[in-house]
Amino acid sequence: MLSIKNLHASIDGKEILKGINLEIKVGEVHAIMGPNGSGKSTLAAVLAGRSEYVVTDGEIIYNGQNLLELEAEDRAREGVFLAFQYPIEIPGVSNINFLKTAISEIRAYKGLDPMKAKDFLLMLKEKEKLVEIDRALVSRSLNEGFSGGEKKRNEIFQMAMLEPKLSILDETDSGLDIDALRVVANGVNKLKSKENATIIITHYQRLLDYIIPDFVHILHNGKIVKSGLKELALELEEKGYDFIKEEVEA
Amino acid sequence: MNEVIEQKISTEYKYGFVTDIDADSAPKGLNEDIIRFISAKKNEPEWMLVYRLEAFRHWLTMDEPDWAHVSYQKPDYQDIIYYSAPKPKKALKSLDEVDPELLKTFQKLGISILEQERLTGVESRVAMDVIVDSVSVKTTFKATLAEKGIIFCSFGEAIQEHPELVKKYMSSVIPYTDNFYAALNSAVFTDGSFCYIPKGVRCPMELSTYFRIEAAGTGQFERTLIIADEDSYVSYLEGCTAPMRDENQLHAAVVELVAHKNAQIKYSTVQNWYPGDKEGKGGIFNFVTKRGICMEENAKISWTQVETGSAITWKYPSVILKGDNSIGEFYSVAITNNYQQADTGTKMIHIGKNTKSTIISKGISAGFSNNSYRGLVRIAKGAENARNFSQCDSLLMGDKCGAHTFPYIEIKNNTAVVEHEATTSKIGEDQLFYCKQRGIDNEKAIGLIVNGYCKDVLSQLPMEFAVEAQKLLEVSLEGSVG
Repeated sequence: MLSIKNLHASIDGKEILKGINLEIKVGEVHAIMGPNGSGKSTLAAVLAGRSEYVVTDGEIIYNGQNLLELEAEDRAREGVFLAFQYPIEIPGVSNINFLKTAISEIRAYKGLDPMKAKDFLLMLKEKEKLVEIDRALVSRSLNEGFSGGEKKRNEIFQMAMLEPKLSILDETDSGLDIDALRVVANGVNKLKSKENATIIITHYQRLLDYIIPDFVHILHNGKIVKSGLKELALELEEKGYDFIKEEVEA
Repeated sequence: MNEVIEQKISTEYKYGFVTDIDADSAPKGLNEDIIRFISAKKNEPEWMLVYRLEAFRHWLTMDEPDWAHVSYQKPDYQDIIYYSAPKPKKALKSLDEVDPELLKTFQKLGISILEQERLTGVESRVAMDVIVDSVSVKTTFKATLAEKGIIFCSFGEAIQEHPELVKKYMSSVIPYTDNFYAALNSAVFTDGSFCYIPKGVRCPMELSTYFRIEAAGTGQFERTLIIADEDSYVSYLEGCTAPMRDENQLHAAVVELVAHKNAQIKYSTVQNWYPGDKEGKGGIFNFVTKRGICMEENAKISWTQVETGSAITWKYPSVILKGDNSIGEFYSVAITNNYQQADTGTKMIHIGKNTKSTIISKGISAGFSNNSYRGLVRIAKGAENARNFSQCDSLLMGDKCGAHTFPYIEIKNNTAVVEHEATTSKIGEDQLFYCKQRGIDNEKAIGLIVNGYCKDVLSQLPMEFAVEAQKLLEVSLEGSVG
């Protein structure tokens, strides 16, 4: 589904990603871990198409397409979803209206008519239940005045509504208490299927207690320095990032 | 993002075209003879001419105000044509007799009278008084309104047919001594709308006027007077568009509203006059005086305005809350783009006891434009328990525009409660990217964000026009935000 080869990217002339290689197959969950400043969020931003980041080398092939040639909105329409580390507030625009617009745009891109109001409402109901989110929250202005936890839940709700093929969760666990963490993780687990893939970007191991990854990659200084199975996350938790740094620098 | 903004800003004015209607004009310039010419053209009674001349003489003693946060080349008042009427061949009785050129103009604007009339028969009920340049061409639904005793006609007709009402109310809210432009208007106004709702009558339809400035180099000076007698209600909508012109055109209207005991007037404006081109060339100068008075107790006046056009806007729809328990409201969306400048806001003058006012102002600036909110809340000595809530928000698009807020508060009674909130925000790269990441492109995202931002004001518009206004915001912002 996703093939990243020798990806180099920089911002304001400073190179952050220094040759990332990553293969993700449909149905898989990959965790990308790493210390602060290792390039985790940059990788997410580059995948989603943030224009401040300049790709200087390498390629990203997504379902046979050159992802880097697609505009950010077209990547979204092709099924790339980013759950933001810091979701954005848009005052006066209801969550529902936002999602309706997004779904219409995605459908229009695929040559489909807008969803019928009735079908949309049914879907809304079903997904609210699935990710355990309150209608009250869904009806409010987009993320406006939401708590940190509510914002993260809302990201997962949007993910449920848009049914992406590739979901990238950027530090979704940050700022969550243990109950919220469990709810968010449950949502992600329920949305996981054989038709989609998930990238979980996280600093800590604890989210991986709830969402079991198939593969774990450790990012350090703009490169994936170690890949392994889920046990790698536990090892990392135990030994800390210093052990990786020592291993790499040795 | 700047690239996107610039691209959006480059969208041309969609309503620019010129209709060829044979004009019957006064020579350029302004003097007592011109005023006599206008008055004679309109076959006015002596008292009207006397009023005009007094206003003109007073105007000569006044200076054009320069306190607003706008800069422009002041018009040469001797270089303006003060009267220009399209020649109707005879009195018009049905739409068939309306100049086909004019109907075409309306079709281009998407507000064909025919359509309006058809709609009226089915669902929406809108009565429209169409003003092309200076003379009211067509008033629809007069008969339906007449049954209820409602008078809705051109100002000129009101002078002829209802002189007692015009004499009693004209200039009672805005005397010609009020300001430079009001004095000018009082001297040279050519037409406008007049509306009287009798006691106890709830006007069964939205009354609507479309203004349009047609002939090149003509100033338009309309005058509107709306009187809601005791226990009556009226909702009035004024919409404006002007064809594209190179020279700046002057527009100085006067609108007076009088609400008697328990009466309510809802006045909504959608203004999208030609704002000038991308370089700031041309466009309308819109210097308007609008004021309403809640004459007795429990009267209510609401102003709602969506201002997207004009090169310069100078406009402060105000309410004098004279009657006890009366209510004044001002809801405004003002968009400026390219080199547009707007200095707009309101005045709420609390005189009666337990009077309440609400001000919601949403300014949106894009391009190189400047958008200022200027508002006055005055609580007079006798205004026990007066309440005011003001909220003034500014939204910036791009980094070359400006937003300014000038709130004035004068309180002479210590039982008053006055609240003022103000925010300034930017449509950020982050918001746009967030939308894109959900599959929503820039254009749509801006529409979404701006409509969300203006929601509190748009929801005040009558249904028929809310959709139109929403569309207008998007069109204006096609040329306005990334």
